[in-house]
Amino acid sequence: MKFMRRFFARLTNSATQRARDERISEEIENHIAMQTDENLRAGLPAIEARRQAILKFGGREAIKEDYRSERGLLFFDNLARDLRFAFRMLRKSPGFTAVAVITLAMAIGANAVVFGVLNALILHPLHVPQAESLYGIQHGNEASSYQSYPDYLDLRERNRSFDDIAAYDAAQVGLDAGEDPSRVWIFLASGNYFDVLRLQPLLGRFFHASDEHGPNSAPYIVLSYSYWHTHFQDDRGVVGRVVQVNKYPYTILGVAPPGFNGTLVFFNPGFFVPLVDQEQVEGVNDLNSRGKRFIFMTLGHLKPGVTKAQAIADLNSIGSYLEKTYPQDDDQRTFTLARPSLYGDYLGKPARAFMTGLMLLSALILLAACANLGSLFGARAADRSREVALRLALGASRARILRQLFTEALLLSLMGGALGLWGGFVLMGGLSAWRPFSRWPAQLRVHPDANVYVVALLLTLASGFLFGAFPVRQVLRTNPYEIIKASSRGIVGGRITIRDLAIVVQIAICALLVTSSIVAVRGLLRALHSDLGFEPRHVILADTDLSMGGYSGQRALQMQKRMIDAVAAIPGVASVGFIDWAPLVSGGNVDSLVFTDATADLRRSNAAAESYLFGVSPDYFQAAHTVFLSGRTFTWQDDENAPRVAVINQEFARRVFGSAANALGAYFKMPDGTRLAVVGIVENGKYASLTEDPSPAMFLPFLQSPSTQTYLAVRSDRDPAQLAAAIRGTMRSLDAGLPVYMGPWNKELETALFGSRMAAITLGVMGVIGAMLSITGIFGMAAYSVSKRLRELGIRMALGAQRKQVLQAALGRALKLLGIGSAAGLLLGILASRVLSAIVYQATPRDPVVLAGVVVAMLLLGLVATWIPARRALAIDPAILMRED
Amino acid sequence: MKQKTDVPQGTLALMVLKTLDVLGSLHGYGIARRIEQISGDLLAVNQGTLYPVLLKLEQEGVIASEWGASENNRRARFYRLTKEGRKQLQLETQDWEQTAAIIGRFFAAKAEDLS
Repeated sequence: MKFMRRFFARLTNSATQRARDERISEEIENHIAMQTDENLRAGLPAIEARRQAILKFGGREAIKEDYRSERGLLFFDNLARDLRFAFRMLRKSPGFTAVAVITLAMAIGANAVVFGVLNALILHPLHVPQAESLYGIQHGNEASSYQSYPDYLDLRERNRSFDDIAAYDAAQVGLDAGEDPSRVWIFLASGNYFDVLRLQPLLGRFFHASDEHGPNSAPYIVLSYSYWHTHFQDDRGVVGRVVQVNKYPYTILGVAPPGFNGTLVFFNPGFFVPLVDQEQVEGVNDLNSRGKRFIFMTLGHLKPGVTKAQAIADLNSIGSYLEKTYPQDDDQRTFTLARPSLYGDYLGKPARAFMTGLMLLSALILLAACANLGSLFGARAADRSREVALRLALGASRARILRQLFTEALLLSLMGGALGLWGGFVLMGGLSAWRPFSRWPAQLRVHPDANVYVVALLLTLASGFLFGAFPVRQVLRTNPYEIIKASSRGIVGGRITIRDLAIVVQIAICALLVTSSIVAVRGLLRALHSDLGFEPRHVILADTDLSMGGYSGQRALQMQKRMIDAVAAIPGVASVGFIDWAPLVSGGNVDSLVFTDATADLRRSNAAAESYLFGVSPDYFQAAHTVFLSGRTFTWQDDENAPRVAVINQEFARRVFGSAANALGAYFKMPDGTRLAVVGIVENGKYASLTEDPSPAMFLPFLQSPSTQTYLAVRSDRDPAQLAAAIRGTMRSLDAGLPVYMGPWNKELETALFGSRMAAITLGVMGVIGAMLSITGIFGMAAYSVSKRLRELGIRMALGAQRKQVLQAALGRALKLLGIGSAAGLLLGILASRVLSAIVYQATPRDPVVLAGVVVAMLLLGLVATWIPARRALAIDPAILMRED
Repeated sequence: MKQKTDVPQGTLALMVLKTLDVLGSLHGYGIARRIEQISGDLLAVNQGTLYPVLLKLEQEGVIASEWGASENNRRARFYRLTKEGRKQLQLETQDWEQTAAIIGRFFAAKAEDLS
């Protein structure tokens, strides 16, 4: 109690210091006056009376200091004083402050973001209760977890290690909720899915195992929170509403809790449908086929007390039972357990390795930043050695001076940390909102939690102490007498120090990153203008899966014909055709082995080539601007009754027939033995990725190779938005319940460009961080050398040295390091481009733009880094310098 | 903070409290004089050390202070005991007497008493 009261009294006193100082002064004055009066009365002469009074009172200043420390909290008083002083010092050198704060902000921000992603992706991926005992069942011999439904049931019923096991598969359906039917990615989930995950609904109820009564028996859906939020505007009245899923009526049962986006981190389904409805959702019923492993993953909580090893042994014994009982379907059934959130080890392992690597890298960046700032800080401390010496001589303790320096370092690191964390937040917000693929519900929600804050704060404090510690030895060794007497300054040695080496390495890495990022950006630009085998500009892709509208067989073919006719009639449409898998867009290309006509034994090893396979309408080539080298396109007469025909590309012709000239009119065989006649040959193109080598491709008439998957390619010079609206209207007049996805083809290439774009962005960001580090490194070194040699430079100037010579003396070493580092980095960058070419289209460093870009960037960097020290060196006034010393 | 002055400070604080208890409201110089008179040499060297002690006691709430006029009309700060201070003094006096009595008994004890 008493202690607390005193503490608060002192705390407030600390705040109102000045006013209270007067009180003690006055009291002391009065005390001495009274004692003087007393002494006068005792007969002493006036002067002696006062002298005796003062002597009797004791050391006035010491008592005032005692009084002060008694009154306020010395620690806070000093802290406030140190902070004020630190602020003043930092304001006096805005260049240094800005460089330090920005460097720290970038380093700490990078760490916060990387840790935030690590936290969201690996440490706390799923927002479900007791996530630590939740495991996915993975195959023992490969990093996948596909199961068939009967196998899943066996695993569920026969195991003794899990509380219960749930299963799910991802699928795409057409949802018609009254307006604007759309395609939605969903989870087909076993009835016990939500119960296994121990979740409670936000609204309504979940479906349960008790709702399942055989195929298509549970027409219920549960919405995910974010889909409910974005598509139903948080309408609490949705529970009980009936909507159309692939034209079947389904009832909305409830809404899942916020934060739960399915059991895969990178794939956020819009809603959940019971697995028993597979036939209505996916068009096939595999619930009874043990060989059809369509279930994406099975998962469950381990029973309390069951270890991972015990559970694996238990599963494996079920596995060997399955092998014995169903030898034709189940071979090699071994299991292991893995975290479900990143699809087990399939993505989990690389993601963990990647994130750990990234975390290490960003920690290294922070360490390098601290080292650079430390040498900058050391340079400043060296500048202030006279001030330090003076304070020591006046009786300040070394601890007090170190505290001042650390206050300054911590102030800088806190400023940098705050800025970095803010930037990190913005970045993480952007990352959370970012949907890299418009056709996939892939989204990584990175919402910083307490862990992220704590880590950022700890890193901030640690880095403050780290670079603040650099001048400690300097201060501890300071001998005030020597410094004030002689202002002794060491000559910067000609030896190569570790610090030099570290700076060269940093510059080299920076130059390497700059080179790579310029190569990546150039490659990206080139990719956008490369020859793709089709012309994506001025084409709108409208894609739909007719099975979502309940079409199949002949009805689907008729619908496809009607779609083409209707869209072709839209004013301004130059041509329209369709393809079942749009090149570079769909991602899921179909391929097939092909054999020469002479091959009788159609075994895999006898295949002449493996070729992409597309089903197209006759006008597709015209709409896509795919150029015919020879032959013709299909006609509407190439239907199931006509002889089977194909259009192939040049590469196909080269591999199977030796040359295009041999190919036209020749035959080849499909794996099922069908003979196809080549009626046309088109140019090569890119089909699955921009960096692929020329690959064989064949195009078959859709009437002979039907598919419900339909990508309409509509070529027109009209405004894309207007045209899209017109197409949408036309499609709706054909079938209002059919979901259609639309977008310009060149925008749809984003999936194909994802790799190179990510590479360019990552390299760019790292390049900027590397540049920042190099700048602080060079800046620190140059500043240090200038301040160490101030006296020498002054003498040289007094003796008539030219500005150029002064600059050379002051900065020569830093610039030499910059040159060496840049050259090494450029060389490494040229070598690294070979690696880069796997991701980035036509990455080549043998490009004058790349070389010039790197040289200009490094020159700029050097200029920025040496600007302040150079100005300082030139501003030396020998007269003032000599007088000072 | 100033550990080494703690013991004399404690003694000094008790003296201050007792002085104010006996004499009522009094200024710093008066307290110093009074303690000097009674204790002889203890405070002869540094009267000033009294002031940090006064401040500490005031912050603990056992004494209060206000400006007033001294005998020869100087402005002076007068200190007086608070209610809490009186209680504190009582407690500490008891403590002190108890301690003194125990120590006294130990000093008075002879070898045969301890066997």
